[in-house]
Amino acid sequence: MPQPPRLVPHARWVGALALLVKALLLAALWLVVARQATAQAIVLRDDRGVEHRLAAPPRRIVSMMPSLTETVSVLGGGARLVGVDRYSNWPAEVERLPRLGGLEDAQIEAIAALKPDVILASNSSRAMDRLEALGYTIVRLKSDSHADVQRTLQRVAQLLGTPDAAGAVWARVNGEIDAAAARVPAALRGQRVYFEVGGGPYAAGSTSFIGETLARLGLANIVPPELGPFPKLNPEFVVRARPDIVMGVAREQALLASRPGWSTVPAIREQRLCGFEPAAYELLTRPGPRMGVAAGLLADCLQRLKAPQ
Amino acid sequence: MTPTSLSGSATGTARGAPADIAARQRLLTWLALALLLGTLAGLATGAQGFSLRGLWADLRGEDTVLLLGQIRAPRTLGAALVGALLGLSGAIAQGVFRNPLADPYLLGSAAGAGLGVVLVLAGAALGGASVSLASAVWLARLGLVGAAFFGALAGVGLTLMLARGAVHTLRLLLAGVVIGVLLGAVSDLVTVVSPDALRGKQAFLLGSTSFLGWNAVALMSAGFVLLAVLAQRHARALDALTLGEDSATSLGLDLGRVRLVLVLMLSAGTALAVSQAGLVAFIGLLAPHLVRRRAPGPHGWLLIASAGMGAAVLLWADVISRAVVAPEELPVGVVTAVLGGSYLVWLLQHRVRR
Repeated sequence: MPQPPRLVPHARWVGALALLVKALLLAALWLVVARQATAQAIVLRDDRGVEHRLAAPPRRIVSMMPSLTETVSVLGGGARLVGVDRYSNWPAEVERLPRLGGLEDAQIEAIAALKPDVILASNSSRAMDRLEALGYTIVRLKSDSHADVQRTLQRVAQLLGTPDAAGAVWARVNGEIDAAAARVPAALRGQRVYFEVGGGPYAAGSTSFIGETLARLGLANIVPPELGPFPKLNPEFVVRARPDIVMGVAREQALLASRPGWSTVPAIREQRLCGFEPAAYELLTRPGPRMGVAAGLLADCLQRLKAPQ
Repeated sequence: MTPTSLSGSATGTARGAPADIAARQRLLTWLALALLLGTLAGLATGAQGFSLRGLWADLRGEDTVLLLGQIRAPRTLGAALVGALLGLSGAIAQGVFRNPLADPYLLGSAAGAGLGVVLVLAGAALGGASVSLASAVWLARLGLVGAAFFGALAGVGLTLMLARGAVHTLRLLLAGVVIGVLLGAVSDLVTVVSPDALRGKQAFLLGSTSFLGWNAVALMSAGFVLLAVLAQRHARALDALTLGEDSATSLGLDLGRVRLVLVLMLSAGTALAVSQAGLVAFIGLLAPHLVRRRAPGPHGWLLIASAGMGAAVLLWADVISRAVVAPEELPVGVVTAVLGGSYLVWLLQHRVRR
């Protein structure tokens, strides 16, 4: 009688086990290879919560926001920009790029003709929705606060395939803001500012990026945080708040005193005004990598002001 | 807007009916009350919102003259005057065109004023570099107020030219629409070239009573009194017009001339209001309706009552715009649009159900 084949099932088990080990090894190897492959690819979650996967850093970028154009440029991606919106004007090299309209009236055909790998935009707009439907990758990045600017820097750096570049740029922005703060005369520290962004009157509140910069410069804001970033104020509120310094567009400041009751405001009576020409004002109202330069402009003006009695 | 409300003014020539006179007296009382209470509420609504205690504190505080005398009083009166001018202009417009949907912005004045404002804003933005500061300031000072005023008049002027006078109502309306679209397109084009002008334009389009001072009040009172007197002189002509063009001509009315004078009057009133407060929506359309519905009458009554109604509505809209989200403000034009729109919706519902 032959022995019952006890060994055979055992051998089978061994064979199966060996196969399994092989398979596992293969799988592990595949995973390692795949991991290395994805290190080249880019996975990016934008501010709308959409996850974008790109096989490689984009080589053709369209920016539809001046602050994003500037962000791409300072991160060394300027050469990859193939088109910008009509308001982008820094650095000078972008002036020769095709103009593609604004966020709301973007020239869809002109953008499509540029065959961009990525389109950078802020909030949603119909034109961007249309481009998305056409299959383009739209990365939407907010820039409402300093934290937003920092995050946007990181995301764009990641997108460009140079994730480490963001840290240095942000450190430089912060250094510039600190240097500006150091230049603010001691007598002006804690003075209360009204920064007018529009004749409504709209103010830059303490939660706006302008308000954050002013706070870093050691100034107080007449607009409390609960009113939001850019509230339309009752003019009486400004008169009551008696700001020590008023900032805004230069040509509008000449008319401040003619507003009913405003001539009693200390800043206006004693001419402690920071009026900015259009180019400087544009820089001040751009939440991007040049916020440090903007803080420098504010400090320049503050150094020229008379100290309050 | 409905045959009934139109016939209200058409049958208004029957001025003797005692029921009508009673209704008018009732409306007059209500209007006087609304204006009085509105002025008080306007004085009591400051940066902290509506507060009688706040008013009392401000009266006893040291800034009474500044807060109440320099800011709230002229602003409140100014809002009422803007409303009165728009109400009067609206009543004239609806009379001239014999159409209850006519409003004072119809003849290109709104688009003209908007273009004027945008041009000055864009010019000032460009001028920052090339023009000296003094002339830029001068431009800005004449600017927004002057530009809106002359822009509105220019808009109407173009409309009248295109329609070759005011003889044909339909042609005039059509010309107004065409000029409105064209001038609107030009001002959009300017804002594309000079984005700086966009911010100011938006504030202008929404309407604002925020910065009305005593100068504006004086200017508008003078303008209103002048226009009201002139309008009263033409009230009979407007009554004749409601009978139809043929009847009006057979009554010896020089249609072309009378219409031209009326159009110029309503344009001047609109231009004055718009130059001080921007394009406040709906008052000119709404005020005559409210009056006709409550107390129909001949134009002698309708014109003045519409002015009073416009004043009351804008006065309260201004108070609401200040009080709701104090110390922030709603644009007053948004408040009037919401109030006016809701009223028209309610009116439609009401009529449909009947």
